[in-house]
Amino acid sequence: MIMAKPKPTEEIIREIKDFDNILVAGCNGCVAVCEAGGLKEVEILASALRMYFANQQKKIEIGEVSLTRQCDKEYLAELKDRIGAYDAVVSIACGAGVQFMAEMYSKMRVFPGVDTCFIGATEEKGVWTERCQACGTCILASTGGICPVARCSKRILNGPCGGSSNGKCEIDKEVPCGWQLIYERLKELGELKRFEEPTPAKDWSTSRDGGPRRLIKEVSQI
Amino acid sequence: MSATTPSKLESILAAGHFAVTSECGPPRSAEGTVVDEKARLVGPYVDVINVTDNQTAVVRMSSLASCIRIKQLGFEPVLQMTTRDRNRIGLQSDLLGAGAFGINNVLCLTGDHQRFGDHPNAANVFDLDSTQLIQTVRQMRDEGKLLSGYEMTVPPKMFIGAAENPFADPFEIRVLRLAKKVAAGAQFIQTQCIYNMEKFKLWMQQIVERGLHEKVSILAGITPMKSIGMARYMKAKVPGMDVPDEVIKRLQGVPKDKVAAEGINIAVEQIQELKECPGVRGFHVMAIEWEEKVPEIVERAGLYPRPKVD
Amino acid sequence: MTYPSNIRIVKVPCTGRVAIIHLMKAIEKGADGVFVAGCMEGDCHFQAGNLRAKKRVTYVRELLQSIGMEPDRVAMYNLSSGEGPRFAEISREMTDKIRQLGPNPVRAQGARKAEAA
Repeated sequence: MIMAKPKPTEEIIREIKDFDNILVAGCNGCVAVCEAGGLKEVEILASALRMYFANQQKKIEIGEVSLTRQCDKEYLAELKDRIGAYDAVVSIACGAGVQFMAEMYSKMRVFPGVDTCFIGATEEKGVWTERCQACGTCILASTGGICPVARCSKRILNGPCGGSSNGKCEIDKEVPCGWQLIYERLKELGELKRFEEPTPAKDWSTSRDGGPRRLIKEVSQI
Repeated sequence: MSATTPSKLESILAAGHFAVTSECGPPRSAEGTVVDEKARLVGPYVDVINVTDNQTAVVRMSSLASCIRIKQLGFEPVLQMTTRDRNRIGLQSDLLGAGAFGINNVLCLTGDHQRFGDHPNAANVFDLDSTQLIQTVRQMRDEGKLLSGYEMTVPPKMFIGAAENPFADPFEIRVLRLAKKVAAGAQFIQTQCIYNMEKFKLWMQQIVERGLHEKVSILAGITPMKSIGMARYMKAKVPGMDVPDEVIKRLQGVPKDKVAAEGINIAVEQIQELKECPGVRGFHVMAIEWEEKVPEIVERAGLYPRPKVD
Repeated sequence: MTYPSNIRIVKVPCTGRVAIIHLMKAIEKGADGVFVAGCMEGDCHFQAGNLRAKKRVTYVRELLQSIGMEPDRVAMYNLSSGEGPRFAEISREMTDKIRQLGPNPVRAQGARKAEAA
């Protein structure tokens, strides 16, 4: 899922301080899982904002809502009748949700309340790591199920580089060397042959480098 | 083995001599004469001079520009290229530029992550990795084609090199990795600087066992230790570096004003010892910010004067 | 056992039950301070509830700081369930600390609103 982390409260306050009616809108999807933008986080942020403005002696209404998802118009539509009461929204959904909210309610000021970070998975409660870079051409079949585009700091495809030590990446002792992981997995699977053949240059045009992407499934279109 | 490019390094190796290469770090300014001075210092004592490419992701005068200056002084450069800062378009473009100035050696590297440099906030490129760059240079030279398939009227003729670090882990894949680079087209290898002689010899043994030493020329990396501080720093802070305690102890065992000289002694002894090591075809003497010692090291190691080849 | 009359006690089966929002709401709704009294570390009946509470108290303290409120209004204490006098002592200590900080500024704002109405 998409992992995000809460923005510093000071930054959010800076953007909304001149408004009088704010809606804090959460999302019960990915950001709820990484405890950055779900209903719980909506309540905590709203409480913090109320306290801040009370101290500033500024009268302000802070509403709270959390939608099933903010990346589907059907769910955003649920706000249709109540959003008029507000003059700004702090959306603590991921970047896609914030944009959809802003697009659907285009007259409304919509501010992001989280920094969207990566596609990843839950290692353990409270720890999430990046696993996928959405490069558009998945090569996991040849790397034992471990992605070098996401897990190698240099996204090299003929790794490792010469900088790893003790199985950790040169940039950070906490980051495992992606290629060491791949090597060990291929060894475990008896697929070291894959390791020996040079992998030619990747086609990055299916990745972000090719421009904003679009997926159409015709059979699903009405 | 006869040479296929105009590279002097290739000719020297083909003739069966030990090759001697060294390195020049360009300045952090537009002052070209710094490069000239370093080149003049080491030039007569080596076959070719490497120019680093924004080493440790620190902005320096470009390797290509520095190589051109070196070439114009009458010495032969090795263009080091990392894939960190330029995509395949930029890299191929620079290779054409290098060819236009008669530069015939390229060392293909991935490059240190920009986190180590003075612009850690930069976006990195890594469109290609070092192995893919090797494949690209070979395709340009042997097929006359760019990666896109476009046919060049005059392709650059490059003698292709790569780096290897026998001391990075895991040790068992260091040989596999080298094999992969050779399969991609690497013709010479410059290794990371050696202090752990036993480990290096073990690596060489495995290379010889696979017959790789006949497909690629291995140049052993030698860097003299200038001070105990430098030894400690390299041991602790430089990724992929293996400095055994014995080396530090040896430096500690001499009076403070003799430490630098002892560092040179160690370097010379290493070269003498490695001349006997099967598969070693030459030496890459990296005297970082100590280029003035290269002549002494090369002379004392019995590698001066450099042989002349056509 | 006597403890100051300004203490309102909310009983929970384990301080691990105390969520961040409970602490936030307490202050938001006008409490001058809130402390979480949990078992001694290592003695939690439910294994590590008091350790989770401690982390949440720390989180709330930092959040309060980020919005310009005194983090000391929220605190974590540990004591054994039989230690009545220690509870009284903690209550007095917390009360003194809060008295020094003054009334909750949020409540002051609320009072002003009530006056204005």
